[in-house]
Amino acid sequence: MQLTTKQRTKVDWFLTILRVIALVVICAGFAAFVAQMIDSQNPFARWANPDAINLTGEQFQGLVVTGLAQGAMYGLIALGYSMVYGVLGFINFAHGEVFMVGAMTGAVTSSKLAEAGYWESSFVLCLVLVVVLSMVVCTVTAVLMERVAYRPLRGKPRLIPLITSIGVSFFLQNSVLALLGSTVKSYPDLPDWLTDKRTFLEIQGSKILVVVVAALAMAGLWYLVEKTKTGKAMRAVAEDAEIASLMGIDVNRIIVKTFAVGGAMAGVAGILWGLLFRSVIHTTGFLPGIKAFSSAVVGGIGNLGGSMAGGLTIGVAESLGPLMILEPLGVSGPSQLRDAVAFAVLIIVLLVRPSGIFGERLPPEERT
Amino acid sequence: MSRYIMNRISQKGRRFSPYFVALLAVLSLLAAGCGNDDDPQPAAPEQTSTPEAPPPAPTEDPRGDALGDGSLGIVTVASGESVQIRSLNAISGPVAFLGLPNQRAVELAIADYGDVHGFSVDLGTPLDDLCSSEGGQAAAQTIVADEQVIGVIGTSCSGAAVAAAPLVTEAGMVMISPSNTSPALTSDFQGNAGESWSVGYYRTAHNDLIQGAAMANFLFGELGVDNAAAIHDGDPYTQGLALAFQNAFEELGGSVSGVTGINKGDTDMVPALTEVAAFSPGALFFPIFQPEGDFIAAQAPTVSGLEDAYLLAADGLLVDDFLALSDSEGMHFSGPDVRFGANVNQSTGQNADQILAAYDQAHGEPPSAPFWGHAYDAATLLLDAIAAASWVEDGDLRIDRAGVRQHLNSVSGYSGITGTLSCDDFGDCASQKITVISHESSDDIEASKNNVVYSYP
Repeated sequence: MQLTTKQRTKVDWFLTILRVIALVVICAGFAAFVAQMIDSQNPFARWANPDAINLTGEQFQGLVVTGLAQGAMYGLIALGYSMVYGVLGFINFAHGEVFMVGAMTGAVTSSKLAEAGYWESSFVLCLVLVVVLSMVVCTVTAVLMERVAYRPLRGKPRLIPLITSIGVSFFLQNSVLALLGSTVKSYPDLPDWLTDKRTFLEIQGSKILVVVVAALAMAGLWYLVEKTKTGKAMRAVAEDAEIASLMGIDVNRIIVKTFAVGGAMAGVAGILWGLLFRSVIHTTGFLPGIKAFSSAVVGGIGNLGGSMAGGLTIGVAESLGPLMILEPLGVSGPSQLRDAVAFAVLIIVLLVRPSGIFGERLPPEERT
Repeated sequence: MSRYIMNRISQKGRRFSPYFVALLAVLSLLAAGCGNDDDPQPAAPEQTSTPEAPPPAPTEDPRGDALGDGSLGIVTVASGESVQIRSLNAISGPVAFLGLPNQRAVELAIADYGDVHGFSVDLGTPLDDLCSSEGGQAAAQTIVADEQVIGVIGTSCSGAAVAAAPLVTEAGMVMISPSNTSPALTSDFQGNAGESWSVGYYRTAHNDLIQGAAMANFLFGELGVDNAAAIHDGDPYTQGLALAFQNAFEELGGSVSGVTGINKGDTDMVPALTEVAAFSPGALFFPIFQPEGDFIAAQAPTVSGLEDAYLLAADGLLVDDFLALSDSEGMHFSGPDVRFGANVNQSTGQNADQILAAYDQAHGEPPSAPFWGHAYDAATLLLDAIAAASWVEDGDLRIDRAGVRQHLNSVSGYSGITGTLSCDDFGDCASQKITVISHESSDDIEASKNNVVYSYP
């Protein structure tokens, strides 16, 4: 599809202009920020925003770390989107709610454990218990969801399960609302080693934990998909479900496994969320779900490593973007625009590399 | 050709056509039925619901000294029917903690008040303002469709009132809010009406100009801080309060160097906190709601430049779930003075303890937000106004809508649960007493709520 200059259509010109504008805005904002950091009195630093603020190194580091922790969480949720998309070719929008169910399970069980006094006395054991329980609940939710809502629609046009998944999402949200009420559920206090800033680079323990667990989960998933028999079967189903079943692979079983693994990842992410932010409500899954989906697309949907990288990209971008690019340009209330920054990253990546940073991995009939 | 089409139809619709035909038949029958029902309705409106001209004065005026000139119509409640009022509060979603106690207190007030001239009072189905302008508007449209309704207790949220108040008041009804605090809904106390003020709107909650000034005075005078920052979430209540605080603080001689906003639904507050931390403020005022407030309280101490800042919040976070978090320890909260003590509602003779006991008995929990007393007072004010503007004629109760407003406009020195209420020209009826509490321990919430460190004015 290489077009010569003569064949370029108006749309191509329009897209090129958009790309240039995006690039200019980003570069101008970033340049102003750098100028500010070098010398806050230099005229270039103040050309757009005379009240521009300076970030100290510590504040800058805080932004990066919090962005990475948030991004790792988006990445973990994005794995679920990506796996289902890779195997079934549809977007399971209810995945964000599965994550919320995990976070809720954690909040309820951990506060029960705290009431009984175990949370403080044997924290690590409790944490393991809560993580396992949350993974189980999320896995069951995801598998049930597949069995009840998606399997009957297998083979139908992909728009149909997509819309069903939006319905499932509302169903899960309102079920949790009905079961647990509308109040904010909070995790009990964490031990000091998680909340205090560690001597190592002055980073909060919980943020390190989130990044480490995300990396471990990612590695485990990579091993599962690339090195085990189940993984091989998953890849075979993703490649061509019909031929895979001719080769003796039980396609339904593999799809259930895919949902189960995605659900378990969401369960882990839910608990990490609880450790990081401590408060959960029935609408908690919506925005992270959408951002995780964007992460999957940014990284290249169907591509597991790409999903994690996409999550980190969006997390860091929405953390740094408002203060590094919008504030120096004189945009007022930049922090309110962080969601806009996150989705702008999605749009810019799609403009420049429509298949995501690392390229999508799709069944052959969908490749263009 | 036609045979081909028939074939196609019979093939395509082989399994469904009989059902389809049956469905069509049923639908058309239904449609016809509905049409028949609908047609005569406009011709024969409910007799009792039409506002009537004042009755011709007979030899002996049955009105007696009932207030009103009939200019907004007269509602007739037939013998055996009930006086209709409505509750419009945030009773679902994340702000239900605020609206549910309001609605329940109104129910208690109606039960305590008893009949109006021998007619019972009916609250109807409680309506939900969803704490949004869309929710307020939709519910208000439901309310005004029933011309028997005299008044509304609500809304819970200022954002909902901005949409609901014009609709309700234009229909001749009155609206008394127990928890709207935005200055835009009433006035600036200098004689200038707020941009969303409507005639016929009243409130028993304070005006946030007072609350902002209370926090500013406390911070500047008591804590000795002269550089503060504020964070709002874009909601009219939070934005209005942050602005009122900023104006009052700067008037005192302090500076509010960082004011920024977050979004409802945000969880990572570090960027917004970093933005205000750049000015190294001595205090951070965030008059927002849960769960965003939880995230700010937890994350602020981790942001470089805010480690030692005082954290201050307002009545939106003065709720048990937030106070129970250890992150909220050491914070200060402004809010209505809830030390109701021995205050007695003059219309029902009940005091706060009696109402709280009844509340607990009915619902098995204490109120989750501090405006239940305001809701109780709002309901008794409305019922008093209805009583003052109504009379019994031929066994029916007649209520003069203009008289209801006339009574509310003249309320002065009314003894309520929340203190002494007097309505000004713009509908501000509250006692306007604000207190600041210091929250010391998340294990003893009640002690913190009573730990008043500052009163204003």
